[in-house]
Amino acid sequence: MAEIKNRNNISNNEEKLRYSFRNTGAGILFGIGVAAFIDETVFHQLLHWHHFYDKSTTNAGLVSDGFFHAFSWFATVAALFLVADLRRRHAFWPVKWWGAVLIGAGGFQLYDGTIQHKLMRIHQIRYVEDLLPYDLVWNGSAVLMIIAGSIILYKNRNRNSISGGRR
Amino acid sequence: MNHAQIANVTTGLPALFLSIGALLIVILYIWAGLRSSRHNRLKVWPWYRYVSFTFGIICAAISVTGPIAALAISNFTMHMVSHLLLGMLAPVLLVLAAPVTLFLRSLPVRKAKFVASLLRSYPVRFITHPIIASLLNIGGLWILYTTSLYSWMHTNLMVHILVHVHIFAAGYVFTVSLIYIDPVPHRLSYIYRSIVLIGALAAHGILSKYIYGHPPKGVGVQEAQTGGKLMYYGGDLIDLVIIVLLCYHWYKNTRPREALA
Repeated sequence: MAEIKNRNNISNNEEKLRYSFRNTGAGILFGIGVAAFIDETVFHQLLHWHHFYDKSTTNAGLVSDGFFHAFSWFATVAALFLVADLRRRHAFWPVKWWGAVLIGAGGFQLYDGTIQHKLMRIHQIRYVEDLLPYDLVWNGSAVLMIIAGSIILYKNRNRNSISGGRR
Repeated sequence: MNHAQIANVTTGLPALFLSIGALLIVILYIWAGLRSSRHNRLKVWPWYRYVSFTFGIICAAISVTGPIAALAISNFTMHMVSHLLLGMLAPVLLVLAAPVTLFLRSLPVRKAKFVASLLRSYPVRFITHPIIASLLNIGGLWILYTTSLYSWMHTNLMVHILVHVHIFAAGYVFTVSLIYIDPVPHRLSYIYRSIVLIGALAAHGILSKYIYGHPPKGVGVQEAQTGGKLMYYGGDLIDLVIIVLLCYHWYKNTRPREALA
């Protein structure tokens, strides 16, 4: 009985390959959502480094920020439902999903750190004299996440037989 | 007409009538639910719908009568609390209670068919289209907070009543247009409704920040900042419920066929 139950929970390779794109998509959406969520809780609420509304924000920035916030809020929930969907189809591919999460989170952070902070002047990372180290760490870590995610996705790209499947 | 007279509406005799009306609606709902559950051909009306309806009506009632409503006239933060209750939380709770389904199943078949045909009529279909409903809901809020309507609302009783009726009705229509629990004549795809929801959520968030930076006429800077933040985060929280409901319905609807095997 336990064996049967166990077998039902295992992702099978055929299903993984069929839903490969959905694994990547769910990961990217979750990455965007989680990065936005961390940005909101850690930098806005806990550290108070970011400002809710910076007087120098452009109108385009206000609109861009509004849409990005709404999208990432939706994406977090939708991504978790997608993971549930993949699991019930025995098609969840955790490594691929994690790789995509890194790309999504890195992508969001890079967009936030360059376009939204600099171009649209929504707010700065922190209101200090020398902003450069903050910007470098922020955008540098974003780039690192994108690179790491890309390597993971490349190493786990679709092949007819998946080698090294742990389960 | 001045503040004091409008405040009187929220706590005086009209408030008493409103509270009695709210109580009667809840009693009517519970009675209809229990009575229709006795039919053999109908399923028992679920208990959580009674709870949801009761809390929905309570939310709507305390935002227009009693202490919160009285404070909302001169205090922008309290106004925002009542706005979140009346325009967002109450509609979500009421939609979960499926009042139209209950109404239809409480009627004799012929009358129910007539009401159902009304619900399929062009005007109803028009205002329950998600884009129109979003424009009525969020568009209405933009007009309220960026024109002198907000200060006008506090000096003219008729405007005061109309604005509140609109906030509630538009909030309900907006929720109904996205979350299909009651019967819907023309169903739109999940992806379509998701995109509209994201757009409406964004417009709500942008308006909150706009209020933070540009206080409506007659509202102090400090109050506008607290109110704007409350609208932003409170709105996010209630919108989260709508997002989860929409995604959950989507998830259930795309259940793989061979799941029983």
